[in-house]
Amino acid sequence: MRLTLRVWRQPAPNAEGRLVTYTADDVTPDMSFLEMLDVVNEGLTEKGESPIAFDHDCREGICGSCGMMINGVAHGPMKATTTCQLHMRSFKDGDTLTIEPWRAAAFPVIRDLCVDRSAFDRIIQAGGYVSVATGNAPDGNTLPVAKGDAEAAMDAAACIGCGACVAACPNGSASLFTAAKLSHLSHLPQGQPERYRRALMMVAQMDEESFGNCTWFGECQEACPKDVSIDEIARMNRDFWMASLFERDEKVSTGTG
Amino acid sequence: MELRSNIPSGPLQQKWDKHRFEMKLVNPANKRKYHVLVVGSGLAGASAAATLSELGYHVSCFCFQDSPRRAHSIAAQGGINAAKNYQNDGDSVWRLFYDTVKGGDFRSREANVYRLAQLSVNIIDQCVAQGVPFAREYGGLLTNRSFGGAQVSRTFYARGQTGQQLLLGAYQALEKEIAKGGVTMFPRTEMLDLVVVNGRARGIVVRDLVTGAITPHMGHAVVLATGGYGNVFYLSTNARGSNATAIWRAHKRGALFANPCFTQIHPTCIPQSGHYQSKLTLMSESLRNDGRVWVPRQKGDARGPGQIPEEERDYYLERKYPSFGNLSPRDIASRAAKEVCDEGRGVGPGGLGVYLDFADAIRRLGEDTIRERYGNLFEMYERITDENPYRVPMRIYPAVHYTMGGLWVDYNLMSTIPGLHVLGEANFSDHGANRLGASALMQGLADGYFVIPYTIGHYLASTPLEPVAPDAPELRDAVRNVENMGQQLLGIRGKRTVQSFHRELGKIMWEHCGMARNAAGLEEALRLIPAVREEFWKNVTVPGSGAELNQSLEHAGRVADFLELAELMCRDALHREESCGGHFRTEHETPDGEAQRDDSRFAYVAAWEYQANGAAPVLHKEALQFENVHLATRSYK
Ligand SMILES: Cc1cc2nc3c(=O)[nH]c(=O)nc-3n(C[C@H](O)[C@H](O)[C@H](O)COP(=O)(O)OP(=O)(O)OC[C@H]3O[C@@H](n4cnc5c(N)ncnc54)[C@H](O)[C@@H]3O)c2cc1C
Ligand code: FES
Repeated sequence: MRLTLRVWRQPAPNAEGRLVTYTADDVTPDMSFLEMLDVVNEGLTEKGESPIAFDHDCREGICGSCGMMINGVAHGPMKATTTCQLHMRSFKDGDTLTIEPWRAAAFPVIRDLCVDRSAFDRIIQAGGYVSVATGNAPDGNTLPVAKGDAEAAMDAAACIGCGACVAACPNGSASLFTAAKLSHLSHLPQGQPERYRRALMMVAQMDEESFGNCTWFGECQEACPKDVSIDEIARMNRDFWMASLFERDEKVSTGTG
Repeated sequence: MELRSNIPSGPLQQKWDKHRFEMKLVNPANKRKYHVLVVGSGLAGASAAATLSELGYHVSCFCFQDSPRRAHSIAAQGGINAAKNYQNDGDSVWRLFYDTVKGGDFRSREANVYRLAQLSVNIIDQCVAQGVPFAREYGGLLTNRSFGGAQVSRTFYARGQTGQQLLLGAYQALEKEIAKGGVTMFPRTEMLDLVVVNGRARGIVVRDLVTGAITPHMGHAVVLATGGYGNVFYLSTNARGSNATAIWRAHKRGALFANPCFTQIHPTCIPQSGHYQSKLTLMSESLRNDGRVWVPRQKGDARGPGQIPEEERDYYLERKYPSFGNLSPRDIASRAAKEVCDEGRGVGPGGLGVYLDFADAIRRLGEDTIRERYGNLFEMYERITDENPYRVPMRIYPAVHYTMGGLWVDYNLMSTIPGLHVLGEANFSDHGANRLGASALMQGLADGYFVIPYTIGHYLASTPLEPVAPDAPELRDAVRNVENMGQQLLGIRGKRTVQSFHRELGKIMWEHCGMARNAAGLEEALRLIPAVREEFWKNVTVPGSGAELNQSLEHAGRVADFLELAELMCRDALHREESCGGHFRTEHETPDGEAQRDDSRFAYVAAWEYQANGAAPVLHKEALQFENVHLATRSYK
């Protein structure tokens, strides 16, 4: 296959960027999308040009490093698939692909297709954990967890933090990401003591970053490579309102410090 | 140099308790005066950084990804072992210890392995408390699966994403400490040298991968948890960024490198599909619980798998190893796959594959059960190969997966450079010549949550550490060293890409230092590698500058290190004239083709000392004592 690529090139965070056209020859259907870019990059390097920068690491759809807009769609046309797991059999000879970085106010471009997603880490810092120091744990079987709850927690915990939800959302909202972490922990008994406090803190941090609000477009769940459901956002909102309502009631809002 | 393992005296079962009591403690008020540099945020690094901060130490943590949550540990699929005996099937700390020593083909330290088995139970408790959503039974209790090399069911898992969930647990603990101000995190930052002052590790030199700035970071102790070096083979199941740079540069500053040739080739990976291949994808070993491995009996049988009747199939693992069958340890299963493919009975393109067939399991348990157990792995397989494994058997082939070798450490996880501690896959401890499945996650977390928090305190409390002047010559020298190397790489402006050299090196290593090795091949590799290295330094091209995000420059530095490490691996493989675990020398096999150990000559850890100016490295030996397990021929028949 031979494809035409229009790739966003931007040398530095504050530099101007533009779409540059390249051709990708000898593309085979079994290649992954990133392998196709590798081949283009080797060609560029041999010509002494700077290769296209993009984040990637595991190439198995689990680390959440990779991610780009392919013809305006986060992670490209295949449902529930990260860019690294997308294969060229999803495209056909002669196609033109426009490849851009995540576009969101909270994810500034660093170079080419690499963006800064550190806002996600700060949301987790605000409370996306159980406050248990090493050495304080009781036996693992002390608290039984109903299988359904463990499965529901796992569904939410499957989030890889890639940022596709934000990139796909017309408002640039981080609600799906934040809700997934809240839901993971609120489905488990270990997450209960801090449940409402966590919701308040994480939502507050989300608002503090440059993310937009959720207005239920639903694009996030369409783009999510791990099929995290938009129902998690409803759950987050419920916990958040509960927490706000009883904010002065110590039992609910502060949990364990 | 004398290698002192510092294994505590006394009976095996009491060593760690006794040691914990005997180690010096740092007074709580003093802990915050100590600054510890933790390089790596995988299971080992994140758990160490979080726990040290909880104790009150001041911690800086570094990783090259954009977030600590993306460390390679995230990709572990199958599970983590622990001697909980929740299944009541006869497991115990002693059995996990025994299985691990035997699985490692008697090339690990008894005392370390025993401690690992003891701590395994605490790890599960800790992770559950953090909210790791392990798989559960209907009654709400934790469930287990079996893994290779064990006849008990002791592996805990979270679907096929165990590493992800464990890492998120450690990452969240780390973020909690970052929020409290105990840990300062430096993502997109790569360590490129170690600063040794007065013989002690006191700092590191890093490059900010966004701005290119090169700066030193000083502290009282350094912890390396930078993972394994399987990418020396170019193609492996490791993440693309996994590299040897941190440990290799520490090696060049004086840390001994132990058993570099001990590499694990994993039997169940998706075969390569083309020359552009950038990595190999693992299909978790847990699949061997329900999948049956086979090839056609007839050489060159071109029929599809469905057309080959039962009696014309060779379920070779079940045939050769009736008691462990499809769950034979990795080294054995990999070699057996290579053997049948060498005989011309391999399947798929190029005959480099064997079937992993779920038809029987689906008949027995139903498709839903199989989907529940392995759904995401099956999907991943289909996404990559475009074949549906519920209908046709998977095709699998061995691939480089894990490196048992690493920097030599004593019982306290300290290298031969005082103050430099090494955790997780980056060190050599615990797995001997072959690692059992689900034991790397266990080791990384044992090291980080439960060992280093004690042993580093002992080091700090018993060592006088003067402040290092900002213009200390050792510091300036290390910074200059890093700057020079970068400029040199950028200045060559040759004709070949970094990738092309990496690929070439990988081919040599796979060919001559892979699943089966022999003297002639290793000598050949030792001729070829220096030539590739020489060409690299004359003819590589690295576009761009050092003062920007430059992924080619990052890769070039890593490949430069691989080109040196590869030679040491071959040298080590050549000197070890025996077969053990993942190290299979074709000259040393039993009449029925199994690994032939030579305990009288090689029951030791080979620890190599770097020599400057291209001189041959010097071998030091740490003799291994087996007082509790009887040295036996490993048999899984
Ligand atoms: C596909 C796959 C599946 C696996 N499945 C299992 C399993 O089911 N069970 C099991 O027990 N084991 C499994 N393993 C093995 C296990 O995942 C690893 O051995 C383990 O996670 C390594 O953890 P670590 O903390 O030592 O290193 P890693 O997780 O590799 O982390 C290394 C860290 O060091 C950082 N780093 C590296 N170099 C530098 C540098 N120069 N400067 C700054 N930072 C640096 C990285 O950024 C990263 O944060 C699997 C491995 C693979 C490849
Ligand atoms: S590279 Fe890890 S998810 Fe794509």
